[in-house]
Order: sequence, then structure tokens, then C-alpha cells
Amino acid sequence: MSRLELMTPNHAQLVVEGLYKDLERRIESSPPGLCPVDISRAFLEICHAQSCGKCVPCRVGLGQLKNLLTDVLDGKANIRTLTAIRETAQSIMESADCAIGYEAANMVYKGAVGFKEDYLEHIMYHRCLSTLNQPVPCVFRCPARVDIPGYIALVREGRYEDAIRLIRKDNPFPTTCGFICEHPCEALCRRNMIDDAVNIRGLKRMAADAAGYVAPPECAPSTGKNVAVVGGGPSGLSAAYYLQLMGHQVTVYETLPELGGMLRYGIPNYRLPKERLDQDIQAILDTGVKVEFGKDIGKDISLTELKEQYDAVLISIGASTDKKMGLPGEEAEGVISAVQFLRNVALGKAESLEGQEVAVIGGGNVSMDAVRTAVRLGAKKVSIVYRRRVADMTALSDEIEGALAEGVEIKTLMAPARVEKGEDGKVKGIWVTPQMISVIRGGRPSVTPSGEEDILIPCQTLIVAIGQDIVYQHFEESGVPVQRGRISVEKFGGFEDIPGVFAGGDCATGPSTVISAVAAGKVIAANIDEYLGFHHEITVDVEIPEPRLEDKEPCGRVNMTEREAGERICDFEGVENCMTEAEACQEASRCLRCDHFGYGVFKGGRNIKW
Amino acid sequence: MVNITIDHREISVPEGTTIMEAAASIRIQIPKLCYLKDINEISACRVCVVEVEGQNRLVTACNNVVEEGMVIYTNSPRVRRNRRHTVDMLLSQHDTSCPTCVRSGNCSLQAIANDLNLVGSLYKKELVLQEWDMSYPLIRETNKCVKCMRCIQICDKVQGMNIWDVSGTGSRTTVGVSGSRDIKTADCTLCGQCITHCPTGALRERDDTAKFYRALEKEDTIVVAQIAPAVRAAWGESLGLSREEATVGKIVDGLRRMGVDYVFDTSFSADLTIMEEGNEFVERYQKGDLDEYPMFTSCCPGWVRFIKSQYPQMVSRLSTAKSPQQMFGAVMKSAFAEKLGVDPEHIYTVSIMPCLAKKAEREMPLFYGEFAGHDVDCVLTTRELDRMFRADYIDPRTLRDVKFDQPFEENSGAGVIFGATGGVMEAALRSAYAIITGKNPPADAFREIRGVKPKGWTEAEFDIAGHTIAIAVVSGLKNTRDLLEAIRKKKVHYHFVEVMACPGGCSGGGGQPIHDGCELAAERGENLYFLDQNAKIRFSHENPDIKKLYDEYMEAPGSHRAHQLLHTEHHR
Repeated sequence: MSRLELMTPNHAQLVVEGLYKDLERRIESSPPGLCPVDISRAFLEICHAQSCGKCVPCRVGLGQLKNLLTDVLDGKANIRTLTAIRETAQSIMESADCAIGYEAANMVYKGAVGFKEDYLEHIMYHRCLSTLNQPVPCVFRCPARVDIPGYIALVREGRYEDAIRLIRKDNPFPTTCGFICEHPCEALCRRNMIDDAVNIRGLKRMAADAAGYVAPPECAPSTGKNVAVVGGGPSGLSAAYYLQLMGHQVTVYETLPELGGMLRYGIPNYRLPKERLDQDIQAILDTGVKVEFGKDIGKDISLTELKEQYDAVLISIGASTDKKMGLPGEEAEGVISAVQFLRNVALGKAESLEGQEVAVIGGGNVSMDAVRTAVRLGAKKVSIVYRRRVADMTALSDEIEGALAEGVEIKTLMAPARVEKGEDGKVKGIWVTPQMISVIRGGRPSVTPSGEEDILIPCQTLIVAIGQDIVYQHFEESGVPVQRGRISVEKFGGFEDIPGVFAGGDCATGPSTVISAVAAGKVIAANIDEYLGFHHEITVDVEIPEPRLEDKEPCGRVNMTEREAGERICDFEGVENCMTEAEACQEASRCLRCDHFGYGVFKGGRNIKW
Repeated sequence: MVNITIDHREISVPEGTTIMEAAASIRIQIPKLCYLKDINEISACRVCVVEVEGQNRLVTACNNVVEEGMVIYTNSPRVRRNRRHTVDMLLSQHDTSCPTCVRSGNCSLQAIANDLNLVGSLYKKELVLQEWDMSYPLIRETNKCVKCMRCIQICDKVQGMNIWDVSGTGSRTTVGVSGSRDIKTADCTLCGQCITHCPTGALRERDDTAKFYRALEKEDTIVVAQIAPAVRAAWGESLGLSREEATVGKIVDGLRRMGVDYVFDTSFSADLTIMEEGNEFVERYQKGDLDEYPMFTSCCPGWVRFIKSQYPQMVSRLSTAKSPQQMFGAVMKSAFAEKLGVDPEHIYTVSIMPCLAKKAEREMPLFYGEFAGHDVDCVLTTRELDRMFRADYIDPRTLRDVKFDQPFEENSGAGVIFGATGGVMEAALRSAYAIITGKNPPADAFREIRGVKPKGWTEAEFDIAGHTIAIAVVSGLKNTRDLLEAIRKKKVHYHFVEVMACPGGCSGGGGQPIHDGCELAAERGENLYFLDQNAKIRFSHENPDIKKLYDEYMEAPGSHRAHQLLHTEHHR
């Protein structure tokens, strides 16, 4: 007989592990709007099944907790039940021996506090506050509520121009979003329950590439109203586009030489080629938008004057200036903000970094843009300096991988301490204090100095990518409310006390995604239209293919491929390759058509107008 | 055409045909529960699943169209097993107290369970706590609901009222009053269309038969009934009588056999309504009161509830005439009581109505002289009438044609067509013409406004002695809302508008017999027009008993007494 044996999982264990994975994906793509009390009860049941059974609070308590929650859901509870739930959960949290028990109880406790209203509604009125308002999960999660199943079905049929027309009903930047949308929709894709999310962004890119230029729809008859849009970024241009379609005359004020805002001056060409951005902008301009370049609001013309000259004004100035680190030596020559650095490149004013060592501070997408741009400008060595771990970075994982593939070094757990400045006033390096990861506060791990000595990272260019600020001063002086550095706007995109003035996009939310900016533009266009006394409807005349009768067998997701790293770092051309038609057709056929199946067929999978 | 094979039979059907329709074309029946053509095609119940060759999963027949070469099996072992499981699951959450359910014998779930020969169940019974105010005219029994969602769809798509909605999520998903409201404050018009489209007994009217029986028991009470026009067009349907056999005279016989003392015809008070409303119309028209906005009919209580909650600013446009039901009640408790020489307290008025909202309308108070009470004491729907016939073991085949009682025996064909959409308008125009010109028009002069219109409304212009009178007729509350919006935006202008809450008017009323999947309003309406065609009196103002009532009691249309008894201010 052998003394020890190698453990190999038996068949049942393998199946259960597979089921865990299935459940994991299923929970991640949970439909929006479910009853939180019922979900708590269901989670609790799983937790209870995990109990080893040794300790009373976990073995018995979790079950009793579940009974109490079930009473709430069955309409058999009273207000004392809620107290019992809270107290029982607390007891288990305090007395269970291991995390299986105390963390399970903690989940219930967090819910009893966090969605108390839902509990009370069940207890007092025996009904539920939850409703599935938008039955299609991807559409629900898209800030602009783009008809995703609709355009995927059109791509599948090869009707690319119709796909673009359909997307434009809610988002006038189909090409741009085909390249760089952060695709929150994919996280909720129900296809996750089978295998993996549909590559929604990739299919949009396919439509944009294959359709080429698609003319915008006809504008409504002129209303004679004039609207000023301050700032020609994605939110301002989206609003301008829809307002033009509604028959209002829009004039966009832009200080920089070309339109696009951060899309042009923030996002590097290799991610979003400028000529592709121009496709979207051309279609927007073809609706008749007027543009005034080089006019600075606050210097050349004031908000008050705009208010007098126009029937409505939209402030969409974005978050276009840099945040300072506040470190000694920051003023040294060679220290530059990422915003400025990327803008210089876009303006064609960038200098070569040939032979230089470049350090970039920050772990967000802008930081990735900066390092990968520095690589393309010929830097000898490019490093990211970040105070936390790679896992804590806010950048998309694809961007981090892209940077690594292009030879970028990532120095984690390094907190910038001071800038090393040479006699000549030029930056020589950045001193960093080594950190260790520490307790989680507010959902994010904090860091604390590890006690090791500060390290000097030598660099001749130091790029700071720790966030962006908003140039709000003139607007604040003109009476626009500002809170914590942002323009403080109501949910409808306007202000209670300043009729006719609206604001949206990054200047109201802080730096965010392009699709959020588009959504803000759409919302504000609708509300400006109402403010001007109209009720124009934005709609599109595209018939969407009926879903086919077919089995949905598990099938791998088509991911986008990229140009070889060694080749792409030599230029600023686009990095990502488009799908082939065959790939797009297969990928589109993976869509489960939630607009038709499940709840969609009942509550309507689409809004044909807004 | 598309070539397919269903259960080994090859057929060709037009493109776009659903599997269910294709099967029906060769008399292969596929059971269904939630499906309601054009209204509810959401394949929720999964009872209509069939097997399609080459597909792993079963396919719903109701909302999938046939494709070229499709091979379909409607009774394969998989289909059979699935269908049984699905219905068994539904039954596990169904309060199967069938013997005491109003829909027993006319329940789609019961029928399917019986058809499938379901004996015993695999599953544990799961009923939930139920809360509903059983005193409200509309009752929902949550444990009988199969969540087919038809009620939500009818209320949204046809009536545009959005009273019902999905409530809760996950396993606890059910139907509830939308926006977490209480049904009593949710602006429900009580049209009852959700009831007549419910496949089970989850939605029903409050049963008032016991109340009626108690009145019959009282020695010192004279029970007086009235029968609404639309009831005669439908009451025989669930008793096995043909349209020709099911005459109104047989209802009179039946009610007498139950012990009712006097039976009258609401068509009589419909004539009375025309006298009051017709004169009011001519007066308002001549005063110029209708130059901007029309006068609306006021005989449909669902519509009156609608305008009060949805367009309160338009309530003054309603005719002040009470509905025929209320008018008759008032006459019974005044002129008739006087004629009998009894106090109105001793008169118990019952009406047989095709309608649910009438149960709420009767709560309107009547104060007249010493009397403080109601015009009408009890309202029974056509369905309750049928149930009472059965409960008393009255064999419908033994019923004879019996005349209505004196002194309100006569009625005109104009009063009978009140039960069909357009009928009130036609009746009113016949008399208005006579009021304006002093002579009768041809009885069918206004026939172009007849007929059920599923979408939109009917409009017409008539020249009466040089006056152009623009009218509109609408039924169904979504259509009504569209019409009201058009009127308010001044896109259209009419002098007189007839509104009926139920599609097709009272003949399609929420209190009528239920036939799952069939819309019978038009057919019943034609029956009423047939009766009108063959009536000896075609004009309300020529009804001799109406003339007598005015001569002996009411004086003249619009008189002080008529106003006290036959008109209302439409307070909320």
C-alpha cells in the first residue's frame, strides 16, 4: 500500500467545478432589475449548501435566516421580522467560525441595510419594487440605449448601411464606437450564460468598415430656433446632430482647430484613426451644423452673450486640462501632463523621444495611451509608474496587454515622491517610495509604505496621467453651479434656475467614456427640443430581420486581432484588425436575440423612437 | 407558398403563416393557453410547443412562422411529454377549486388538463397569499392566474389604460396593478375586457346573485328588473341556444320564474335617454355650445369613468343625461312607485347588463322627495344571469316568449341598437332630425355609421334642414384617447360624439359570455340591427309609452322634474 496518493478529481467534482463556472458567468450577466430580496435569498441558499456543518450559526442560522427572508417574500412577515433578520445576521457574523458562515451573513446584513426599502415594501404592502423596465440586457446597459440586437441582426444579413442607420438613431458615432467603445453592454450579454459575450463592439466596427460613408437622414423642417453648443466633443456633437435633425440650427464653438474633442486630441491615432473619426463627424456636419473655430468662451464671447444670441446653450466643454500631482520639482522642464502630451501629438507638434527614457505616472487608459504613444515617438525605454497593482489599474485589460506587448515596463507599488531636477532645470528622474498593498477601503485596496528606501527611476520625460480637470471658471462666474470641480447639472441636463442653459458630457460627470458623452448629448437634445416648445421624434426606417429558428450551440467568440507589435510600434496607424465577413456573420449569429426571446417579445425589445 | 410537412402530411401554406395556423388549416389542433391573436403572441405558456426536425429545442407554434421544407410533429413523444409537464407545472400553482369557480366548464386550463388526461401530479402544490378587496366589482384571484399576461396586453394595447402590469421578479413574478397602485385608485374604468380575455377564473366580476336572491326573499319588496339591449344578443350563447332561439322574451319568462315581480326592457329607457339627450343636443347645438368641442354621450359608465380620470377638464362636454340603466331606476322609484301606490323604499331595482362598470355606476345616489337611495339596487351581468338560470335548473328550451310588463312595455328599434357601437348616435340622430325638422327621416338614413372599427373612429356629416352636423363614433378606450387627443388639438371637430368603452360597444361588453379567442361584438351587434330592422317602432320619440310617461309624469324633455330624475352633474 502506498503511503501517499496523488489526488485527482473524480468525475462528479469535475462536473461541479464546471457548474461553478457556469454559475459564475450567469451571475455576472444577471438581468437588471431583479428583486434584491429574492436574489439575497437565493445566494443565501447557495452559501448554506457550502456549510461544512460543524458550527451552529452557519449550519442552523443560515437556514433560519433563509426562512425569515422567505417569510418576507411570501408576505408573512412583519416589521419585527426585519429586526430578526438583522440581528440573526449580526450574530452569525460575530459568532461563526469561518468565512463560509460569517461572510454569508454579511451579505444578508449588507442587503438588509442597503435595500431596506425593498424589504419594507414586501413586508408592508406584500409587493415588490423591482421591475424589468428594459428587457434587453445589452440595451439596458448601454448608456445611449443603442438597439444592439437590431444592428447585430443587420450585420448578420450583410446590411451594413442599415446597421449604421439604426445605430445613428441613438448614437451618431458608430465608427468611433466601433473602434473604442468600452462596451459595457458586453458584460450583461445573455450569451455569457452559454459561453461568452457576443463581440458587440467588433460587430459595430464591422458595420462601420463595410458600410463606408452613410448619409444622415433628412432634417425636419426648420423651426427657426438657434442653439449654441460650446465644445465640439462627442457630447456636444451628438446633441448638435439630433438638434439639427429636429430642425433647429446649431452652432458649435470649438477652441481647437478641429472637431472631436478628446476623440481627436486625447485618443491616439493608432486606436482611432483620425480619418475614421472624420467619417462620423462628416455625417454630423452634413446635417447642417455650423462651426465657429478658435472662439474661446469667456474670452472672445461670454456665456451671457451666447444666452442672448441663441434660444438655448449647451455647455459641453469636456475635461480638458490636467491634474497636478503636487510633488516637489513638478515644474521641471520635461514634465508634461498626458493631456498636453497627447494633444501635442495630435496637433503634429510632438517632438521625437528618440533615445530617451520616459516614465508615465498613472494606471488608467490615458496612461496607456501615453506610454504607447511614447513608444511610437522612439523612446528607448518607457515605464508606467503606479502606486497599486496591475489588477487595480482602471485601464482596460486589452490596453494594458497592448502596452506590455509593445515593450512597456510596468513598475507597480511605486508611489511618486519627488521629481529629480538637474542643474539645467530639466527632469532627471522620479523618486518613488515602494509600497505594499494593504486593507481594502471603499472597495479598493489601499497602499502603505513598505519601509524600503526610495528609488530613483531615471527619465528625461515624465508624463503625468493622474486625471483631468474641467475649465469651469468662466461658467461659474456666469452663475452656473459648480460642485467639486464639475458643472452641477440636473438629470435632465439643465439647471433649475437658468432656463435655456444645458450642460453635459465630461464637464458634468468628470472624465468618462465616449458612449456616456453620446448619451448625455442625446438626452440634452431631447430636452432642449422640449424646452424650445417642440416634441420632435427621432426614429429610423430600418426593418429589422426576424430571428431565425435555430439551435444556439456553444461557439467560441470571435476576438479582434491586432497588427504585430514589432511592426505597429513603428507608426501611428490603426492597431486593430477588423473581422472578416465570415467571422462577423458567425459572431452575429451567436446573438440570442433577447429583443425577441424571453421577456423582449412581451415588453417590447426595442424603442423605435425617442 | 411554403411547402411543409405536419405530422407526415405535406401541405403548402402562404408565406408568413404560423405553425399553429398551418396546422389548423388541415384540422390539426395545437393546444394553446396564452396566445391571443395580434394581442398576446409572447409564447409564455409553452403549451403549443411542437417538434421541428433538425431543431434540438421545441418550438412554439403560435408565434413562429413556417419555413420551406419544415417538418413538424405536433404529437411526438417529446412534445407529448413536454406539454404534460408544462400543464402539470401550471396546475401546481393553480387553485384547482374548479367546482366553485365561475369559469368551470369554460376554462382553457381546465379544458387542456382534461384533454391531456392529466391524472395526478408530479409536483407539490404551491399557492400564495392572496389579497384583494372582494367588494370591488372586479376581482382578481391570484392563485388562478396562469401569468399569460393577456390582461396586461388587452389593457395596454386595446384600452390604453395600463392598469395591469407584471409585478415582482423571478419565481414570484405575477400580475398586479401597475405602479404598485391599489385597484380602487388606479383609474380602472371597469370595462372588464381583462375578464373576457382571461383564459381562467383569475379575473371575474363580483358575484351579486346572492344579493338579488335576498331581495327576492323579502315579502314586502317588489323586485323590478330591467334587461339591457346587448344582453339579448348574447345570453343564449352559454346556454346552448342559437341566436334565433335566444329571444329577449325568454329572459322575461326566466326572470318571472325566478320570482321577479316586474320585468322591463332597458330599451324603453334608452328611448327615454334619446328624448333627453336628443333635446339637450339640439339645444346645445343651437346655442353654439358645440362650435368648439362636441357633446359626448354619457350612457357608457366605463367611458364616463375614463373621462373623469383621464380628461377631467372635458367632463362638462358630457351630456347631462343619465344612462338608460339609471334613468329606468329613477323612473321605477318615482313614476312607477307612484303608479303602484307604494313607497320607493319597497321597490328593489335589478338590472341585467353586459357590463362591469354598471356595478359601479349604480352606486350613484338618488335623492328625490323623501327618498334617499339609489336608482338601481343590484346589477347582474349577462354571465350572472346565465349562472342563475343554471342554478335554478331552468331548462332554456322550456322558456317561452313573454311580453314585458306594463306600463313600459313598448320600445323602439332605436332603443335596441344602443347595445352596438354607433347605435346611440344613430338613435339620437333619428330623433334629432325629427326635433329640428318636425318630420321623421328615413329610419335607415344614418346607417353608414354602423359597424365595428378595430382602429380609429367613424366620422360622418349629415345635413339636417340646412344644418351640417358632424359626428363621430368610437369604441375601445385606446381609440377613444386618440380621438380625444385629436379633438383637443383641434385636428378634428365634431358636434356630437358617441363613445363606448368596450370594442364594438355593449355587445362586446365586459359582462358578456366569454369565448376564449373569439371576438363576438360585431356578430352580436348585427343581431341588434336585425331586431331594429324588424321593429314596429323605429324612432324613440314615437314610443307611445314614452309619450305617456311624459304626459303623465315627466312633463317634457328637459323639464324640472326630468332634470331632477333623469340628469346628473357627473360629480366624481
